[in-house]
Amino acid sequence: MFDHAPSQKTLVEVDGLKLYFPITAGLFRRRVGDVKAVDGVSFNIYQGETLGLVGESGCGKSTCGRALLRLYNVTDGSIRIGGVDIARLSADALRRMRPTMQMVFQDPQASLNPRMTVAGIIGEPLDEHTTLSRAEKLARIYELMDAVGLSRDFANRYPHAFSGGQRQRIGIARALALNPRFIVCDEPIAALDVSIQAQVVNLLEELQDRLGLTYLFISHDLSMVRHIADRVAVMYLGKIVELATREALYERPMHPYTQALLSAVPEPDPVHEASRRRIILTGDVPSPANPPQGCNFCTRCPKVMDICRRVEPASRELEPGRFVACHLYETATTAGATAAENGSGKTRLSTNNPTTQQGV
Amino acid sequence: MTDVAAAATKRRAPRNQWWDVWDQFKTHKGALVGLAVFFSILALILIGPWFWTQDPGYVNLRSRNQGFSALHPFGTDQLGRDMLARIMAGGKVSISVGLTAMLLSITLGTTIGVLAGYFKRLENLLMRGTDLFLALPLLPLLLLMVTLFREPLSRTFGPETGIFILIVTAIGATSWMQSARIVRGSVLAVKEAEFVLAARSIGTPPRRMITRHILPNVMSPIMVSATLGIASAIITESALSFLGLGFPPDFPTWGRLLFDAVDAMQLYPARVILPGVMISLTVLSVNYIGDGLRDALDPRIRGR
Repeated sequence: MFDHAPSQKTLVEVDGLKLYFPITAGLFRRRVGDVKAVDGVSFNIYQGETLGLVGESGCGKSTCGRALLRLYNVTDGSIRIGGVDIARLSADALRRMRPTMQMVFQDPQASLNPRMTVAGIIGEPLDEHTTLSRAEKLARIYELMDAVGLSRDFANRYPHAFSGGQRQRIGIARALALNPRFIVCDEPIAALDVSIQAQVVNLLEELQDRLGLTYLFISHDLSMVRHIADRVAVMYLGKIVELATREALYERPMHPYTQALLSAVPEPDPVHEASRRRIILTGDVPSPANPPQGCNFCTRCPKVMDICRRVEPASRELEPGRFVACHLYETATTAGATAAENGSGKTRLSTNNPTTQQGV
Repeated sequence: MTDVAAAATKRRAPRNQWWDVWDQFKTHKGALVGLAVFFSILALILIGPWFWTQDPGYVNLRSRNQGFSALHPFGTDQLGRDMLARIMAGGKVSISVGLTAMLLSITLGTTIGVLAGYFKRLENLLMRGTDLFLALPLLPLLLLMVTLFREPLSRTFGPETGIFILIVTAIGATSWMQSARIVRGSVLAVKEAEFVLAARSIGTPPRRMITRHILPNVMSPIMVSATLGIASAIITESALSFLGLGFPPDFPTWGRLLFDAVDAMQLYPARVILPGVMISLTVLSVNYIGDGLRDALDPRIRGR
């Protein structure tokens, strides 16, 4: 994973993406502030890879995913998909771009119109963007239903007649209808049973292999992201605090927030589980309408320093393909090797998993 | 083998969903009865005059205020006009006024409600307009409309059609506000649903978003206010006729018959009861039909 990253072709480039929701008050609905849902996020997604986006509830991951498809009007920044900046595209040009980018939604119950048949739902993108005849459309719908493992007999049924996993397959079939290159999966498994989660994730992986899809996989399920993602971005309060390859991030998390997040994952091995030491964060996530000065994480960080409360840390590439926004590694630019050593030493304390250090 | 395969493909071809709607509608007993009653009323007022050929306007003072007889099955009124013929003639006017005014008010209300709910920019303008209409005193407004437009409309379209257009427009234009508010509320709720977001990610333009996703999902409240609208349109029409603002006094409508009979209600109660029963039956049957339709149009209830 590590080696292919820089050489590969970039499909999605996000640069300084900001999405603020205005807070209005008073009689004239004056703008009194902003909810900074996504606050200056930059990352790339390479062709054919899966980028996992993790973080706790309310940190802006879903908003970020939706902004990427211009379902919200972005406040600032650029989003290039296949070289086209869609952040400032006109409605008409955006509509023509739609087939390249699609989305799988979190709640399979709510994301399907209860008054449309399965054939109607899967066929909607075809109605909008193609001029196929009725028979051709039906053939394509059946093809898609086969691809996601739905029986063709279900074409006339309505969404309420399906289980959650089947509904999610309908949603995936709809997203695939126009042969997109990029799919945002917005917590596609969060509303499903564990057994069904595996099915859906395997389906997504299989489709990726077969069709060469690129995913942004948004989830708060860390083990599932570890399973499916090639690289992982960790978000906290509208910002990406750490972005690294899957192996590097899970073996040797560098940002204190990532360390805390990963320490919360239960260990299947009871021996390791007994020795697992959780980093318990105190306090709540600050309001995105009023983020703290300096580092967003400074109110809860166990390793907080003086500078954290004053200066916002910039995201820097500590190792090739590894970005961390933390003052702990500030010295890394001058004396890289020692700082990295230092950093992993700190990590070792908290993860209690020293044997795998060499695996990266 | 190929036959079986062909049959299987045929079975799987998407069936017209109106057949499903009809299948579900059939299971609603009240709706079936309502449909039967409504069709018999329609048959009475449309086909009836072919068999019962007495002129509803024929005045025969010698046979006034008669009870039920073979010559006049529903008796006669204070001018000796045949009640059965008058009920048939009146029903034609009342039901067509009711249906047309309801269609007009529902179309207006739904359009304004959907536009106000879906397009945030229009919301203020449209909803304040709705409030304005709600605040208007309706009777003086109707009075004004009738006095202003009765003459020109009668001249252009003939007295009956002219008044018909006037009454329907007057009722339609003053009764759409409730449905507009109800529809706007439902649209606001449906608009936030994830499937609308999904349709946006597909690139569905607003007009098809409304027809494909929003309207079918706000069908229930529209249906309810439509069926209630027929009833209130019939009743408003009779009130207008009573005030002398509607059709001319000799022109029978159910409301007119009702109010003509009120004077002598204690002596001849049948003359109040008959048109009253007709109005109630129409309203009730339409309500039941609407109820059945609403259930039949909801795929979640369908097939249960």
